Amino acid sequence: MVSAVFHSPRDAALLGQSSQAAATPANSRPAPLVAAPADRATPATPAAAGPARDPFDWKGLLGRVLPPVVGTALLIGIWALLTQKGGSFPTPGATFEAAWKLFSDPFYRNGPNDQGIGWNILFSLQRVGLGFGLATVVGIPLGFVIGRFATINRMVSPLISLLKPVSPLAWLPIGLLVFKAANPAAIWTIFICSIWPMVINTAVGVQKVPQDYLNVARVLNLSEWRIATRILLPAVMPYLLTGVRLSVGTAWLVIVAAEMLTGGVGIGFWVWDEWNNLNVAHIIIAIFVIGLVGLLLEWLLMAAAKRFEYA
Amino acid sequence: MKPMLSISGVGMTFATKRGPFCALRDIHLDVQRGEFVALIGHSGCGKSTLLNLVAGLTTPTTGILLLDDRELKGPGPDRGVVFQNHSLLPWLSCTDNVYLAVERVFGARESKAQLKARALAALELVGLSHARDKHPNEISGGMKQRVGIARALAMEPKMLLMDEPFGALDALTRAKLQDELMKIVAATGSTVMMVTHDVDEAVLLSDRIVMMTNGPAATIGEVLSVPLPPLREAPRNRLAMAHDAGYLGAREAVLEFLYRKQAHVEKEAA
Repeated sequence: MVSAVFHSPRDAALLGQSSQAAATPANSRPAPLVAAPADRATPATPAAAGPARDPFDWKGLLGRVLPPVVGTALLIGIWALLTQKGGSFPTPGATFEAAWKLFSDPFYRNGPNDQGIGWNILFSLQRVGLGFGLATVVGIPLGFVIGRFATINRMVSPLISLLKPVSPLAWLPIGLLVFKAANPAAIWTIFICSIWPMVINTAVGVQKVPQDYLNVARVLNLSEWRIATRILLPAVMPYLLTGVRLSVGTAWLVIVAAEMLTGGVGIGFWVWDEWNNLNVAHIIIAIFVIGLVGLLLEWLLMAAAKRFEYA
Repeated sequence: MKPMLSISGVGMTFATKRGPFCALRDIHLDVQRGEFVALIGHSGCGKSTLLNLVAGLTTPTTGILLLDDRELKGPGPDRGVVFQNHSLLPWLSCTDNVYLAVERVFGARESKAQLKARALAALELVGLSHARDKHPNEISGGMKQRVGIARALAMEPKMLLMDEPFGALDALTRAKLQDELMKIVAATGSTVMMVTHDVDEAVLLSDRIVMMTNGPAATIGEVLSVPLPPLREAPRNRLAMAHDAGYLGAREAVLEFLYRKQAHVEKEAA
């Protein structure tokens, strides 16, 4: 019994509540010696457990963990059922086996066209990093300028509306033409496709900076640099980060398509290569890997975004 | 005595979708150094417009505003503005909010430590030393408004312009801040122009009350000198005022103006 531990009268009042709280219906009543008169006044409600004595919330955890597990199990179950009779589509077991083999040696190199999955992912990430990084460097300042100056906004917004919906694959030939090499062309495609969400969100963010803040800037006679760093940037940050998140998602979407066409080492090329080898298990693995990496990228940016929240 | 602020023949017409809208016309007003002037009138009478003109946030369509014989062109650190909704930057601490203003005015001449000391002194003046590292969303509305006042005062402006500074606060907090403002004005001898729609606030705080006629095309209806010792000499005691003949007389005159002469008629918005 917990209540037996504390029996100094000094603790009686405190204990009165905590022991009451700990008393589950199965427990016997606390020792009468300890129970102060105040104790009796508080009704015995097992639900009013103090936070210090809270037992681990197994039910809540189960509620959070169980549904996703069941969902995944259902998907694999249906997959297994559908592939039971055999055919070109691999069973979950076979896929898992292939994945096991693949991930047991992710960084092997057998010539330029046969490298481990780890290398493929890293090369893709490098292209995404470069293309997306360049888009950030160009897109965010561009968004600021568009948001701050109405004339420039009117100048470029029709162009943006026109170019934004263009498919990544349409940009690739331009990249190939200009750079005369596959790798820069892929990076260019990522750049041009992932720049728009950042430009647009930053510009909208700048336009939505409350007039009050801008009045403060005017009344305090702040310099344009101070306005940018102390008022615009923090005020725009939530919009900007939304743009960055959308952009990184787009970049990761585009890389697969771009690499399928340009070749080289990369997850997109790998998918196409495995299709040529008719290794469907690897394609399925690639789909999961692509999804997982995309999820991680988004999750990383969410974590970064949380640091910039002020309100 | 030469007025500090001189407003002559000022009118303000806004261009709207439905054509020009005349908000103010023929404003003539002089404010002396160390004077506390309240602008009062019904909603839409252009009192905030007038304050914005003095602040330099808008430029008048006619007339001229002079501050110490220099024409006002745009906002400047010689006029500290306290906004109704405090307008603190939520990503900066109280100190940094004040520092931003201090830095702009004194940054060229003083070291960072001196600037910081100025910001802290301003916060101390409004009794907020304990909240210096807090962010605006961590403090109450009354405290936010006090930081706003500290920010304006820290620039050591020639004039303090306040746009319904206590309008959004509850009555008790408002009374407390009014008392503090009186102490600050008495201690610093600031020249203040304050927009209000609260008759008691106007009479309690000001040396002169500028009463505006109803808009559109509003102008100054009457100017009342409050028959009390100037605020800069000593803060007024609100309890003593409750039965002070001068106070009550001024209060009655303002009420008379607002509710008889300018009984607000709800017109179709022009």
